[in-house]
Amino acid sequence: MSAAVALLGRIGGWTRESLADVGAGARLFVQIGARLGTALRRFGLVREQVFFLGNRSLSIIGVSGLFVGFVLALQGYYTLQRYGSSEAVGLLVALSLVRELGPVVTALLFAGRAGTSLTAEIGLMKAGEQLTAMEMMAVDPIRRVLAPRFLGGIIAMPLLAAVFSAVGVFGGWLVAVPLIGIDGGAFWSQMQGGVDVFSDVGNGVIKSFVFGVTVSFVALLQGYACQPTPEGVSAATTRTVVLSSLAVLGLDFVLTALMFSI
Amino acid sequence: MQTSKHDAWVGLFVLIGGAALLFLALKAGNLLSLNFDATYTLQARFDNIGGLKPNAAVKSAGVVVGRVESIVFDQQTFQARVVLKLDKGVEFPKDSTAKILTSGLLGEQYIGLEPGADVKNLAAGDTIKQTQSAVVLENLIGQFINSKAADLGSSSSGAKP
Amino acid sequence: MALSSQTPSHAAEAAPRAAATAPLIELRGVRCGYGGRTILDGVDLQVRRGEVLALIGTSGGGKTTILRLLGRQIRPFAGQVLFDGQDLAPLSESQIYAVRRRMGMLFQFGALFTDLSVFENVAFPLREHTDLPEAMIRDLVLMKLNAVGLRGSRDLMPSEVSGGMARRVALARAIALDPEVVLYDEPFAGLDPISLGVAARLIRDLNDALGLTSIIVSHDLHETFGIADHVAMVANGRVVAYGTPEELRASSDPLVRQFVGAEPEGPVRFHQPAAPVAEDFGVAA
Repeated sequence: MSAAVALLGRIGGWTRESLADVGAGARLFVQIGARLGTALRRFGLVREQVFFLGNRSLSIIGVSGLFVGFVLALQGYYTLQRYGSSEAVGLLVALSLVRELGPVVTALLFAGRAGTSLTAEIGLMKAGEQLTAMEMMAVDPIRRVLAPRFLGGIIAMPLLAAVFSAVGVFGGWLVAVPLIGIDGGAFWSQMQGGVDVFSDVGNGVIKSFVFGVTVSFVALLQGYACQPTPEGVSAATTRTVVLSSLAVLGLDFVLTALMFSI
Repeated sequence: MQTSKHDAWVGLFVLIGGAALLFLALKAGNLLSLNFDATYTLQARFDNIGGLKPNAAVKSAGVVVGRVESIVFDQQTFQARVVLKLDKGVEFPKDSTAKILTSGLLGEQYIGLEPGADVKNLAAGDTIKQTQSAVVLENLIGQFINSKAADLGSSSSGAKP
Repeated sequence: MALSSQTPSHAAEAAPRAAATAPLIELRGVRCGYGGRTILDGVDLQVRRGEVLALIGTSGGGKTTILRLLGRQIRPFAGQVLFDGQDLAPLSESQIYAVRRRMGMLFQFGALFTDLSVFENVAFPLREHTDLPEAMIRDLVLMKLNAVGLRGSRDLMPSEVSGGMARRVALARAIALDPEVVLYDEPFAGLDPISLGVAARLIRDLNDALGLTSIIVSHDLHETFGIADHVAMVANGRVVAYGTPEELRASSDPLVRQFVGAEPEGPVRFHQPAAPVAEDFGVAA
């Protein structure tokens, strides 16, 4: 009997802690949001962050996009040619990338590459008392350190997703037209006939923006709230990847249902 | 604000991202074929619209001349009332026919307009009088069975195996 | 282990100036702690303008907590923390930032911003809080670096300087805005003898030359006693001893004697509480 009570007590305690964490997270989100305006005025800081988060991710995003485009074209061709519709492979590649794979895969890669570096950086700054030093120097660390990184992330993500999709489409073309031998004209015209700028490309951009907000915020929150020890920073970077990946996939479902419902 | 050696790279990154977006919009998407010209509306009533959806194409001679704007159920006539948006400059005679056709065998449904012979053209807000509803598969099968049964009935006078 | 007593001449010079004015910093009946534990239980302390105060005591006894109270990084459960006669507790965020601008703080291992160079670190407070043109900022930074003897190291990164140098850069950064008070959290920890002497000299000379008030939390009694005007010993959540370094060395209080004499046995026991020896080792007592 007492074991059951103890279990209930643990569940209650865990719930209370989780709620407190969620509350602290929400509070940090509001604090960062409130300081976005002043962070924009120090555009040099934002620019530096766009460099670290965006430029530095270009190679992995570009290469991944290329290979995803290759695979989509190959797999698409194998399936479509059974129904005599192999010329629609361009449409298949483009829609898959622009609507789903571009935003989602970019967000997952971004979480792994840029998200972890954000978490580790903030966590180590916390461990080295740099954030406290800043507070004692009457400089708000949220304004000076977190907000520019947040802005950098939400600027970089949609651009990276666009690059991913564009390189993927090009990769699909490479496999479909020169390699497999599908008619180039049909490839592009089928694609253009089926991909709508506003509902497909536009929605994809909205998705990547939402994912950018999610991944950047989760990364910053984990770094800011972590235990200032080596174990704490390591656990925080793991949590960043896991939480932001799950959040991206979950949000993707919600957004897809909202945007592409028939 | 200090300029940094990263300035140029970040600018390049933003340009690359913008170029990628432009590529997607123009080459992969339909931005170039988007029509922002003026349009006028016509109405048509159908007994059965089949699988026609809003934003489906309105074609004549195979060329897209407009879009389906809305489809509503008319309580008075128990028919479907379809509002078409046609490009200004494309006009049809008053006795033109609107048919619901399917692109390919199992493809999307669209409205095909066949011009009539009238001297006067349909003006904005007019209703197309001649319409042909979508082909419903079940009715087609039913018709086929009935015609087959009629054939059997007339060819063998009551003699059944 | 006896401490050689050195009577610093500067302490005698500073004394008349310090006695003339009201306390710059005051703690009245302060009780505070974290997470359910009470660390300070009724602390009364006064710091006079222009003096160097040393805070000594056992580890975890509350010395660093006092520094955190002064910057209002934590708030007391009871009592008041006054800076220049003003209670810190009811101040708004912008008001407390204004107070913090009048303070400089030196953290235990420097807490330099690792992504900025030495020059950029010292320039940081100037860039954040003033609109001075770059040329002026450059001159100010070089002056501060010169005061700590590191003008030639301005372009090094924090990872490229030794611990002692990092501490000095942090000191230059702490005085960048010409504060009224500088708080030192273990400034001598882990320094070689030369750096130790240099650091102690710097703290005292800067205090006198710039008219600062300094509070040093330290375990290094030899150096600290050499430069302090007054010493406060914090133990068991209270100030158990206060006076000049000589007064503390001459004290008859057993806790003070054990601490100052660095004796292993006294009011602070050597053995942590444990089961009797017989029980743990299975032998007859």
